[in-house]
Amino acid sequence: MAAPMKSVGSKLSVERPAFTTTSFQKKTRSKLVSIPGTRPSVQNGQLIVSTGVTSLDYLLGGGLAVGTLLLIEEDRYDSYSRMILKYFLAEGVVCRHELFVAAVQESPDDILQELPAPILDDIAIHKPVEQHGLPCGPQDSLDSMKIAWRYQNLPKVQSALASSSRFGHYYDVSKTMEPEIRQAANCHRFYFPEHPTQSSPTQSPMLESYSALLKSLQEVIHKGGFDGAAPMTKSRNILRIGLHSLGSALWGDDLCCRDNPRHSHALTTFLYGLRALLRSSLSVAVVTLPSHLIQNRALMGSITRLCDNAISLESFKGSERETNPLYKDYHGLLHVRQVPHLNCLVSELPDRKDLAFKLKRKQFSIERLHLPPDLSETVSRVSRGELAGAAMPGSACGSSTSGNKHLDF
Amino acid sequence: MFTELNSILNITPDNFKQGEFVLISDRHTDGSFLIHHFLSFYLRARCKVCFLGLVQSFSHYCAVSQRLGVSLVQAKEKGQLIFLEGLKESLSVLIPKEPNTGSQALDFLRDPSAGLRSLYEFVRASVSHTGGVEGVEGVEGGVEEWGPPVLLVDDLSVLLSLGVSVGAALDFSHYCRATVCSQLQGSMVMLVRCEAEEEEDDGDEEGPERLLKGLTHQCSLTLQVQGLPTGYCRDIHGQVEVCWRNRHGNGQQMQKKLFQYKVHDKSASFFARGTSSAVL
Repeated sequence: MAAPMKSVGSKLSVERPAFTTTSFQKKTRSKLVSIPGTRPSVQNGQLIVSTGVTSLDYLLGGGLAVGTLLLIEEDRYDSYSRMILKYFLAEGVVCRHELFVAAVQESPDDILQELPAPILDDIAIHKPVEQHGLPCGPQDSLDSMKIAWRYQNLPKVQSALASSSRFGHYYDVSKTMEPEIRQAANCHRFYFPEHPTQSSPTQSPMLESYSALLKSLQEVIHKGGFDGAAPMTKSRNILRIGLHSLGSALWGDDLCCRDNPRHSHALTTFLYGLRALLRSSLSVAVVTLPSHLIQNRALMGSITRLCDNAISLESFKGSERETNPLYKDYHGLLHVRQVPHLNCLVSELPDRKDLAFKLKRKQFSIERLHLPPDLSETVSRVSRGELAGAAMPGSACGSSTSGNKHLDF
Repeated sequence: MFTELNSILNITPDNFKQGEFVLISDRHTDGSFLIHHFLSFYLRARCKVCFLGLVQSFSHYCAVSQRLGVSLVQAKEKGQLIFLEGLKESLSVLIPKEPNTGSQALDFLRDPSAGLRSLYEFVRASVSHTGGVEGVEGVEGGVEEWGPPVLLVDDLSVLLSLGVSVGAALDFSHYCRATVCSQLQGSMVMLVRCEAEEEEDDGDEEGPERLLKGLTHQCSLTLQVQGLPTGYCRDIHGQVEVCWRNRHGNGQQMQKKLFQYKVHDKSASFFARGTSSAVL
């Protein structure tokens, strides 16, 4: 629930026995949070859950706050946004949260079958993580530097985003989760083509598909006891909601097809209702949206406003940047569109907004964007300019290089 | 309540101008910290406050106000604050179970073309009671008197996302201004959130931009919050342009000031351009 835990925490520490020898006490917050897979945020005491992607958790200030909504603007082929959604659901399976998956393009079961396999052994996972932490650090064999030894004591550059303490699990995207683990999870599916439709007589601005989805969400939340109305004695759990490709034409929405859609308020009204449901229950949602299809930027702005977090993925696949040597280390760029303001005046802002993501053999990670060092012998400013210009189409390339040559003396 | 902003606007909780219509707009960044400022300001000024919280839950406003040193729960119990929690009320309308359960204030969700009459009726009913009638028993058993009424709207532009037309939203604000500012000599604060890009070629302009233009025409003081034109910065969260309009003064007198700001945990600091502690 979207309520700060701080006041309760301080009360608990007061109630502790007085005969302790030192006044220094560790705050026992763990007592409050009995739900597995959650923890209070370091910054504002908000209850947060992991998205499954460690670097994304860091970017969001520790994790997704319970009661909030993360919007992912899909990349053009929906490969990476789908992956983040799968990570989010897989983390829910491992933490034994309940899941709610809605899709139209394919059955929710198809998404669930592709969940990445968790790496549950702690020792086994530690190695690859440390390796990825220093992608541009010196090799292990170069323990002592022969030349430039002064640099040896400098801190190593860490470009991958990571927090000091671990939260969430690690996953191997090259394998899929075993069916036994998957079937242990309590999962609700919403597949719109198979959902029984009933015509609603009301003049609501929402589409039938969206109101059916909202209705079944409310039923799940109410039956599962995720709302505040449930008795406190029952053990609490988190509901993870994953909605795939919202706003696409298959939902019956013409948002993506026209400049001036007829149902222009359908999705925003749905998101408003979803926000109302989330805020009053122990649930957290991830929504992916094909934003590159939406022509109307004003509409996209109001959609973003109704979500708490918003990130957008821009994949290099199929664009000319794919062959640009500057971006050879990455698979795409990640833009932070919105950071949440919940229960606080100021939210933790990321220190930089130039971020890129890449998909390694087993892991998806988000890193700070940096340009690779130029290692060729004849390196100079001019050749760097040519390198960047080479990716541009012909005429621009010629003009930029000639411009640089003019400056060369 | 941010004391720095009070000194910029030259107001204190004991001494402020009545009949004002303050418009807050934001672009590229989040301007809702100013709403929290005005909420705590008017509660401290012992005004009767009607708050239309359309975008966040009550617990959110409560938690932030706690940091600013005002208790919303107490204010609500004393009858000083009337709070409309849009999110909570909307659910019963969006997911209808049995007819006529929700409050009437959000009737526009059923049929957006009908306009905001019911919401205005809610506002009028909550502000027009005089303090003596509405006030409940105080601590000493007496009746607490509240000052002039204040209407705060957190995000008028969300109404547009819910299908309300710009004309209806402008009508609503005009009616509210006539009732709250003119008739009852109270004040009004509204927040409008705009798109990131300012469109130059506005042939058939719709949505928040048009709403903003219409409200700018009505208001007496605007606070325009913007992101930095040079891009994102960790130490300066944006700039705010304060613009007074003197309607009753001598002619088209207009005063503008530009500040940069940074929001802290419990307050916000405002400073002249280029004088942030990060650059000096």
